[in-house]
Amino acid sequence: MRNKPATLLQTSLRFGLIGGGAAVLFSLVGMVEVFGQRTIISGVVSMGEAFLAVAMLHSASAAARQFSTVSSRAMLTAGSLTGALVGAMLAALVLLGTSINIRDVFVNASPPLFALLSFGQSPVPGMLLLLLAGTLMGLASTAFLFLPPPVRSTTVFVLLVVGVFGLLADLLRIIISQWTYIAPAAEWMFSGKGISIPGALAIAALATGLDVYGNQRRSKASTLAVLPVTARQKTMRTGALMALLLILPPLLGTYVSEVLDQVGLYILMGFGLNVVVGFAGLLDLGYVGFFAIGAYVMGMLTSPELGLASFSWWAALPIAIGVTVLAGIVLGVPVLNMRGDYLAIVTLGFGEIIRLLALSDALRPWTGGSQGIQLIAKPMVGTMVLDDQLKLYYLILAGCLLAGFISSRLRDSRLGRAWMAMREDEDVAQAIGINLVASKLFAFSVGAAFGGLSGAIFAAKLGAIYPNSFGLLVSINVLALLIIGGMGSIRGVIVGALVLVGLPELLREFAEFRLLVYGALLVMMMLYRPQGLWPEDARKLEAHEDADDAADGKTGAAPGRLTAPA
Amino acid sequence: MLNKLFGRMTLADAAMYTVGLALTGAIVAGSVATLSSGKYTLAQWQDLLIFGLAQGSIYALIALGYTLVYGVLRMINFAHSEVFMSGPYTAYFFARYLFNIGFLEAQPVAGLLIVSAISMFTSMAIALTVERIAYRPLRKAPRLVPLITAIGASFFLQYTFRGLYGSGIDRYPELAILKGSFTVLGVRVLTTQALVIVAAALAMGLLYAFVMLSKTGKAMRAVSEDKETAQLMGIDVDRIITTTFALGGALAGAAGVLYAIIFGQVQFYMGFVPGIKAFTSAVLGGIGNVPGAMVGGLFLGVFESVGPSLFLDGLGIPAPNQLKDAIAFTMLVFVLIFRPSGILGERLATKKA
Repeated sequence: MRNKPATLLQTSLRFGLIGGGAAVLFSLVGMVEVFGQRTIISGVVSMGEAFLAVAMLHSASAAARQFSTVSSRAMLTAGSLTGALVGAMLAALVLLGTSINIRDVFVNASPPLFALLSFGQSPVPGMLLLLLAGTLMGLASTAFLFLPPPVRSTTVFVLLVVGVFGLLADLLRIIISQWTYIAPAAEWMFSGKGISIPGALAIAALATGLDVYGNQRRSKASTLAVLPVTARQKTMRTGALMALLLILPPLLGTYVSEVLDQVGLYILMGFGLNVVVGFAGLLDLGYVGFFAIGAYVMGMLTSPELGLASFSWWAALPIAIGVTVLAGIVLGVPVLNMRGDYLAIVTLGFGEIIRLLALSDALRPWTGGSQGIQLIAKPMVGTMVLDDQLKLYYLILAGCLLAGFISSRLRDSRLGRAWMAMREDEDVAQAIGINLVASKLFAFSVGAAFGGLSGAIFAAKLGAIYPNSFGLLVSINVLALLIIGGMGSIRGVIVGALVLVGLPELLREFAEFRLLVYGALLVMMMLYRPQGLWPEDARKLEAHEDADDAADGKTGAAPGRLTAPA
Repeated sequence: MLNKLFGRMTLADAAMYTVGLALTGAIVAGSVATLSSGKYTLAQWQDLLIFGLAQGSIYALIALGYTLVYGVLRMINFAHSEVFMSGPYTAYFFARYLFNIGFLEAQPVAGLLIVSAISMFTSMAIALTVERIAYRPLRKAPRLVPLITAIGASFFLQYTFRGLYGSGIDRYPELAILKGSFTVLGVRVLTTQALVIVAAALAMGLLYAFVMLSKTGKAMRAVSEDKETAQLMGIDVDRIITTTFALGGALAGAAGVLYAIIFGQVQFYMGFVPGIKAFTSAVLGGIGNVPGAMVGGLFLGVFESVGPSLFLDGLGIPAPNQLKDAIAFTMLVFVLIFRPSGILGERLATKKA
């Protein structure tokens, strides 16, 4: 069997089972039902349904592509069979769920889920509809493969844009209705919890126009020689971005400011961990420890509750960062000559030890034990207390800009080169005269400093800290955003934080499935796009340079991999 | 001689040894203080010891999974703690059903065997799935890559099971036959603890025999020694790796049922802490070394059971039992620093190959 090409039936069975398994899992885990309430286009499609549709479309198109060299009939057959199988598996779930009580075991196998799955019909017609939908979806996604590539990429882009607008509908609606001039547009564009049908059409038309225009410009640009961006253009772009960052939050309101604050704190931590993991290649799973130390030192020094000291926030900040850097060095020394996987576990241990110590009664006089520390000082600028989301936003923005600037200068410095050499091969790095001890400790201390700064701002933002805010999950969040954005990529950190921290804050029901999705994302990124969503240019070049280079993106290319249509 | 010893020592090493000596000193001082104060009776120490042994044998079973996989693939299967969780959590529903129809009370031996079989099977299936999806395509990738997929797989599994079975704590049915205790050589042993120790010993014995005596076991040892050469000798390396994951998964499933018997409850988060501790045990015994994992597990179990009362109490630390987990983590860190090869191991945690 290994040498013979798989038959139509085998391929459809394989992809159908994968797609169907995914769809059933989505449903049983509760994602379909919860996201079923998040409408994209009112009365047409919800996010839950979109998930199932994607499972059908994707597996069918992957199966069909296996036969792209055979014949279009084979492709259509494989596609429709696969789609039908996904539908059939969902139908089987409906049958099982409506005939016996599986809710004792699977808590999310609820009647609303089955109602949603069977299109609001009674089970039998619902199941038939599922089968039909699967087949049609399979056919459609196969037919889609026959379209010329530009049309395909435009369609995917348009669907994505409409999807994002639909998901953020309730938020956008509030924002738009604040601006008096275009407020009537909100009434027309949105209906119910999603966007209205004419709204969707308008957005689709706009997105199509944008994409076509963009394609034209790009093709024109590629006929000319690609000119490097001039310094002046660069300054202008930076200036425009800065202006946007400065005026954005007051326009978007308190809620978005709050979200941006959170994103900012994670960007700050992401910059720090990026130095350690991305630049120096030291996988640190206890990064939250530095965040915690920064926050706790700030708490101890400023909170009158403990009566240890009563510094102002600004006076305590250098001490907090100093202590964190010290901790970075102290924790860095023991792991100096540990290899990747051991380093990960030991740092994870450090992170947990710090949390357990903060939680224990033994240190209660200093850390407050499980009750944490309250009444932490807020930073003051002149006579103004930075006490709301909006004012803190500017503080966090300043911190992020500083950390981003330091990161980018470090990356291009001699030390940065040393880190990257170390990341690629420690032995060679040592052989060419890089001081491994100093470089590693420097990486740990820079990483720790950013973490400590983030922690100090976090403490001030909440005004109170509790040991349970500093669990392993924070480290995992930061690591995930780094990997999603692209390890070692400064702009990747920003993208990662916006996607992984910003989006879930905006889609509240997502919170429940956050870590599930992160886990799946980590695996999929490593399999299909190890360089991240937005890697540094240099890294991108590396990824295309050499097919043998296992480090950069080529390893995941197993036969039969699933990728989105290009 | 002394010159030789100190000549190669850097400042960092010196600092580490100072900390290590200080900790050892604190442990000894604390132990002496507790023992001389006579705060605990002999029976209490015995209870702690037996509990430690029972818990340690569970750690040992899980640690075997880490060690076997490390042996053949040189990677830490981070998702193993979720493999451990998936078995007993799935078997719980069968156990509940069997208990409700009265079978588990009427035929406790057969009932427990069925529950264990389901648990082992589930864990095995999960272990194999993880290997197939998250590790196999990345076998030639840099070390960091499979480690990241392992972390991802771990969280994915944890929260998938939370989504499937809910986020609450489910209580395993208690069997009348497992209540109570008996006395062996003047030491009081709870029936559950005795069952756990005996069952774990049995499972470990079987595994050891399998690895040392069977042909597949021999092939596993060969792959662990040198993958390429093993392949040249006609060993199907992929099949051996699959077998290894299956064995590790089955042991984790067995450990899971034993864990559920001692602690009486299952939940989606139950894998994390035992997983880390089992990993510590594996490192302690020398990762890649089968008897080492068993010794390491038992040692860690006893150490963290007796430790808080023995030396933390003596040092005057309030509520020492809160720091039980911190002891395990600290021990992990110090083992990796001072003796990365473990008690019985020859593999190195510092970079080599």
